[in-house]
Amino acid sequence: MHELSIAASIVELATEEAEKRHIEVVAIHLKLGALSGVVREALEGSYELVAAGTPLQLAALVIHEIPAVIYCPACHEPRELPSIQAFLCPVCGGPPGEVLQGRDLQVTALEVVS
Amino acid sequence: MTSPRIVEIRQNVLRKNDLEARQLRAEFQAAGTFVVSLVSSPGSGKTRFLEATLGPLRAQHRVAALVGDLATENDAMRLARSGASVRQIVTGTVCHLDAQMVRRALEGFTPDPLDYLFIENVGNLVCPAAYDLGEALRVVLLSVTEGEDKPLKYPTIFNGADLAIITKSDLADAVEFDRAAAYANLRAVQPALGILEVSAKTGYGMDAWFELLAARSADAIRPASADPEAPSAALRESLTAPGRPDESSGR
Repeated sequence: MHELSIAASIVELATEEAEKRHIEVVAIHLKLGALSGVVREALEGSYELVAAGTPLQLAALVIHEIPAVIYCPACHEPRELPSIQAFLCPVCGGPPGEVLQGRDLQVTALEVVS
Repeated sequence: MTSPRIVEIRQNVLRKNDLEARQLRAEFQAAGTFVVSLVSSPGSGKTRFLEATLGPLRAQHRVAALVGDLATENDAMRLARSGASVRQIVTGTVCHLDAQMVRRALEGFTPDPLDYLFIENVGNLVCPAAYDLGEALRVVLLSVTEGEDKPLKYPTIFNGADLAIITKSDLADAVEFDRAAAYANLRAVQPALGILEVSAKTGYGMDAWFELLAARSADAIRPASADPEAPSAALRESLTAPGRPDESSGR
């Protein structure tokens, strides 16, 4: 359950930004990669717990799931993996090159009122 | 009340951990310390494997270990019998180590620079995956007494490892370990993953492990020098997982 630590970091990050910019946060947008090691449902539950009693209590956590994308050296194309249990090109079946996307765990934006 | 507007911030949630890990990695590199982290589920034999590693390595190198556990200092006491410097990190309720915990544990730990530092993570195949500790080599352990499908159940941690070590190989026959299935599952989540099989009890495979450590640390710490003690290029080639040279400087 490291989602509790992750949720605490998200709340801390958003709170710092809100104080710095003198804004009120109404929603937090988060990119969550398939390879981030974070479980969406656990994170949502943890966020509610951590945000309670803070200025972010009413702010929504909006999660954008990011699939894993590898570069296929045989196809010379980026390929989205349907499952992270099989690191193979879903088109040609060949071994993957670099992971291009999917490790994301990033607060991309805040919805705010000033 | 005005309608909401969007402020882009693009901040990585783990930015503080990642920054600390980068600093640690740079300091380890500058000090010539090769740092290995070990992750696995509870009971896969991390501590026993580390005991079998620290003892022989200590004969020729300055080695130390940090050991993460939710509670108790038993593992550190066990490992200290090897004669190496060992410090326990008791995480309390936290299910993983992070870079700040490593930083704090290193304060006043060993007076002299180390050749090898081992970091045994909390027994857990989920949470440690997200946290960079500044290590040069991340090893995931899988014992023959666990299910061969563990890599498919926990793909993130097996995908993020630099090396897989199959432990307790002396028990393989007794538990009808399906070697082919285990290799297939490990390679399903990371096709180029290097795999070693060891038994800390009988010593099987430990020589290959020590050779790999020597080769990897020589590459990481003294990349360009012609060290007569370093293993030959051919040996390094044979022990190094193919296909990931671009990641040798860290993730």
